Amino acid sequence: MITAMTVLVAEALDVGRDVAEALDEHKSGGLPQLHAPDFAPQLFWLAVTFVLLYWIMSKVALPRIGEVIEERRDRIQRDLAAAERLKGETDKALQTYEKALSDARGSASAIARKTRDELGAEVDKERKAVEDQLAKKLADAEASIAATKTKALASVKDIAGDTVVEIVNALTNINVTKDEAVRAIPSGSDK
Amino acid sequence: MAGHAAENHGPMAQFEIKRLVPMELFGYDISFTNSALFMVLALVLASGFLIFAMNGRSLVPSRMQSIAESLYEFVAGIVRENLGEEGMRYFPWVFSIFIFILAVNMLGMIPGSFTVTSHIIVTFALALMVWVTVTLIGFARHGVGYLKLFVPDGVPIWLMPLIVPIEIVSYLIRPISLAVRLFANMMAGHTMLKVFASFAVSLPVVAKAFPVLFTAAFTGLEFLVSFLQAFIFTVLTCIYLNDAVNMHH
Repeated sequence: MITAMTVLVAEALDVGRDVAEALDEHKSGGLPQLHAPDFAPQLFWLAVTFVLLYWIMSKVALPRIGEVIEERRDRIQRDLAAAERLKGETDKALQTYEKALSDARGSASAIARKTRDELGAEVDKERKAVEDQLAKKLADAEASIAATKTKALASVKDIAGDTVVEIVNALTNINVTKDEAVRAIPSGSDK
Repeated sequence: MAGHAAENHGPMAQFEIKRLVPMELFGYDISFTNSALFMVLALVLASGFLIFAMNGRSLVPSRMQSIAESLYEFVAGIVRENLGEEGMRYFPWVFSIFIFILAVNMLGMIPGSFTVTSHIIVTFALALMVWVTVTLIGFARHGVGYLKLFVPDGVPIWLMPLIVPIEIVSYLIRPISLAVRLFANMMAGHTMLKVFASFAVSLPVVAKAFPVLFTAAFTGLEFLVSFLQAFIFTVLTCIYLNDAVNMHH
C-alpha cells in the first residue's frame, strides 16, 4: 500500500508540475485552490504526513487500543464464565445441603421413634416389676394376716378353756380338765 | 508569485498557500507551506492523542482513553458493518483516513488557521489513493473477474449495453465525486463564515448583531460538517472496499 502510494504521489507531482507550467502562462489570480504551482508541495507533504500517520496508526496507536479493548472483552468473558461456574457450584452445594437437611430430618424422626419405643418398653418392664413386687408383698401380707388370725383363734380357744375350768370350779366344785373344757367349746374357727 | 501572498482579506485569502520554508527536491517544489504545517499538526495531534490517551491502558478507561476507544470503535463499527470481520485487515488504513481528515477539518475550525481539505488537490489525492488502492485490491482478489462488477446481476441482457457503460462511468467518477464532496463542503463552509464575519465589520452598528449571531450558529454547523465529511469519506471508502473485497453489488 505504501509503495503504491509513493508511486501515486510521484505521478501526481509530475502532473502537478505540468499543470502548473500550463496554468502559469495565464497568470493566476483566481481561486487559490487552482493555483497550480502550489500543488507539488501540498502533495509532497500530504504523502509524507499520511504515510507517517498510517505507519504510526497501524504499528503503534491502533494495536494499543485494540489490545486494551480485547483484554477488556476477554476479562468480561472470563468473569462471566467464572460467575457461571460459581453459580453452578452454589446450586450443587445448595442441593447437597438440602439433601443433607432432609436426610437429617429423616434420621432425627427415626431416632425419636426408636427412643420413644425403647422408653415405652422400659417403662412397661419397670411397671411390671413394680406390680409383681407389690403383688408379692400383698400375698405375703395376706398370708401373715391369715397366720396371725389362726394363731389368735387358737389362743382364744385356749383362753376360753382356762376360763371355763375356773368358772366350773368356782360354781360347782366339779373338777374339769382343760381338755374336757376345750372340747366342750364349739370351735370358733368352724363357723 | 510575488503579489500572491499580498495583504488580502477577501473571503478567499484564507485558502492561500504560503511558503514558510522554501525547499526543493529533484527539481520539485516541496516547500514547507502553511498547508504542510497543518498536516504535520494533524499528524502530531492525532498520533500524540491516541498514544498518550492509552498510556493508562486501564480496563476501566479514563476520559481521554474512552475518547480514543470511542474513535476506534466508531471506525471499527463502520468497517465491520460494511466489510464484515475479515475487512478488519484494512482497518488501520481506513482509520488513518478518518482520523487524518477529522484532524485537519477540526484544526481548520480554529479561527485564523488553515484548512488542508479545502484544497481540491489534497482531497483529490486522498480520493485517488482510495480509488487506486480499492481497484488494486479488487483485481488482486478476483483477477479479471473483478470486471463483473460492471455487470450487475438480474439485469435483462438487452439492458446491458446501457447499464455497463453507466456502471463503468460511475466507477471511474468515484475519485472525483469523493474529492469534490469533501473539498466543496470545506471550502463553501469556510467561505460563508468569512463572508458573514466580514459583514459584522462592514455593517453599521445597529445591524452588527445579525451577522455575529449567524456566524456563531454557522460555526456550530461547520463543526458538524467537519465531522460529517470525515465520516462520509470513511463510509464511502468502506463501501468501495466492500465492492473490491466481496463484490456484492
